[in-house]
Amino acid sequence: MSEHRPTSRDPDHESPIVLDAQGLTKHFAVSQGFMKPKAIVRALDGVSFQVSAGKTVAVVGESGCGKSTLARQITMIEPPTAGRLHLGGVDVASADAAARKRLRQEVQMVFQNPFGSLNPRKKIGHALEEPLVINTTLGKAEREEKARAMMARVGLRPEHHQRYPHMFSGGQRQRVAIARALMLQPRIVVADEPVSALDVSIQAQVLNLLMDLQEETQVAYVFISHNLAVVELIANEVLVMYLGKVVEQASKRELFAMPRHPYTRALLASTPRIDKAARRALQVLSGELPSPLNPPSGCAFHKRCPFAAARCGVEVPLLRQPSDGRTIGLVACHFAEQIAELAPV
Amino acid sequence: MALLEVKNLTVEFGKVATPLRAVDGVSMSIDAGEVVGIVGESGSGKSVTALALMGLIDEPGRVSADRLNFDGRDLLTMSIKERRSLLGRDIAMIFQDPMTCLNPCFTVEYQLTETLRIHEGGPRKVLRARALELLQAVEIPDAQRRLNAFPHQLSGGMSQRVMVAMAIACHPRLLIADEPTTALDVTIQAQILALLLKLQRERRMGLVIITHDLGVVAEIAQRVMVMYAGQVVETSRVPEVFEQPHHPYTEALLSALPEHNIGQRRLRSMPGVVPGAHDRPSGCLLSPRCRYVQDKCRAERPELYGVEGAQARCFFPLVQHRPTKVIA
Repeated sequence: MSEHRPTSRDPDHESPIVLDAQGLTKHFAVSQGFMKPKAIVRALDGVSFQVSAGKTVAVVGESGCGKSTLARQITMIEPPTAGRLHLGGVDVASADAAARKRLRQEVQMVFQNPFGSLNPRKKIGHALEEPLVINTTLGKAEREEKARAMMARVGLRPEHHQRYPHMFSGGQRQRVAIARALMLQPRIVVADEPVSALDVSIQAQVLNLLMDLQEETQVAYVFISHNLAVVELIANEVLVMYLGKVVEQASKRELFAMPRHPYTRALLASTPRIDKAARRALQVLSGELPSPLNPPSGCAFHKRCPFAAARCGVEVPLLRQPSDGRTIGLVACHFAEQIAELAPV
Repeated sequence: MALLEVKNLTVEFGKVATPLRAVDGVSMSIDAGEVVGIVGESGSGKSVTALALMGLIDEPGRVSADRLNFDGRDLLTMSIKERRSLLGRDIAMIFQDPMTCLNPCFTVEYQLTETLRIHEGGPRKVLRARALELLQAVEIPDAQRRLNAFPHQLSGGMSQRVMVAMAIACHPRLLIADEPTTALDVTIQAQILALLLKLQRERRMGLVIITHDLGVVAEIAQRVMVMYAGQVVETSRVPEVFEQPHHPYTEALLSALPEHNIGQRRLRSMPGVVPGAHDRPSGCLLSPRCRYVQDKCRAERPELYGVEGAQARCFFPLVQHRPTKVIA
């Protein structure tokens, strides 16, 4: 809590910072038609956060909020338009080709759809050994040994080594995808909706596996999800995004105990719940996500916001610490202090 | 009299000698103005049940039932022509993915009026006015302009609203919604659920909502059927099913939910997966995964026990989360 950086942290955090993003921004130029000027889509706008070893930062938001663009920046698939990204203390932008190759091994990804992310014509053993073939000089026997050890760790049986992806269920395929991401012992795994394609009972198994692996290897997760219940379970810190911007950034405890931003409150209120105590009448947020080509003036959320005032349509709210001192998380809302007074969602 | 009465509905695929029972002896009755949820994981047969009710199972799939009555009329014995005039008019269905259900080559107006043209007919002007009314009923902003839109110009939430408009076009008395919000974001999901409930109340429709999301059932349904590997394993009322699940599968599903494990180190997960076509156990279908399994469960298949409206397919149904002897 003693940190001066504008990010919130768990008070008990001591582990080294493995990922440090400052003001990550990605703009895309979109053609509007012949002879017309290109429009700018601000897919990602000034996102700053840090991830420590063995911790999980969750990124929450609906489709079109820039979650996946963020994942592509962190995994160095695309260079950011502006902002700095440090991985394990190394600045990605100034690193040379050899260093970048090394850094890429540090960040691995697990994708949402395990049916689409595995090559159907390669055996599981091959999928697991491929990262080693590309990045290491290990011999065939050593690679196979490593692959088999990893399979055992994620709960796959030895005979699965010679099988093809179509012979597996969704949950098993996601285990393969997780095993593949961990083959190079990365320090960071970016998981893009890793359990949203899975059934409830399988989802629980895979979440448990992810948590077990984190405990064993101290890998850090950037966990992208739209499911707030999953986030509440697995995350240490949460970033809520809306239209390319972070609207609220806080530790899990704070965010769920006292959601400050109206959008966070709306997300919590529209999640269907089972328990009567946690349940409210389904609150419905009007309207849909505005077009990123033509975002509203002022606060991007003001057209759907139940608390919007005249000021919201004019002035863009900055990500700041609320002045009432009750929480240390950051929120981008002019009325964060007043909203905290309202009944919790 | 119940609006829809189904007794022992079975759907089989594959060879006659070694069939795969996708739906195995499902019975239900749905009254007008009632909201019933069907919950289950993938492969539990919930969608196939809906397709069978709609008469959408084609050869070589085989549908049989002891009784399949809609509003007192037998769907199994009526002619194909009669049944087709009923489907889309009195029984309508909404599918999971709105983006793939709309024809990309035709405008919203054309697709909306198609249903009306087939079942009711009338001059184009009247149909167009009806289509506009429908879009307004499903709360699409700027409805007049949306009539001429093509599906690719609509967002996911808008497309699902158009699908709802098509389904309610002819004032159906029973609406079957198969995962109507699974492809949508949470805030849009809440909008669509609220819309479905509002229409259901206004028009006193029976609504069957098929979902894998227990939260959705808790929010909108009055009764629930839990399916596992083609069978109904529990029928109960909401919210009793969530407080007092009688079947071990229902209990396991509930306790595997992240929202029931907040603050725990790990989720209480159920081992194994839903049995596939060829590895169904000989006893109770849940027996390899059940934490309360006994010798009897591995040897015999249980029936649905209990009274109408609160049944469990278990030899030792749970009471207060403890297995008991069956009260036969």
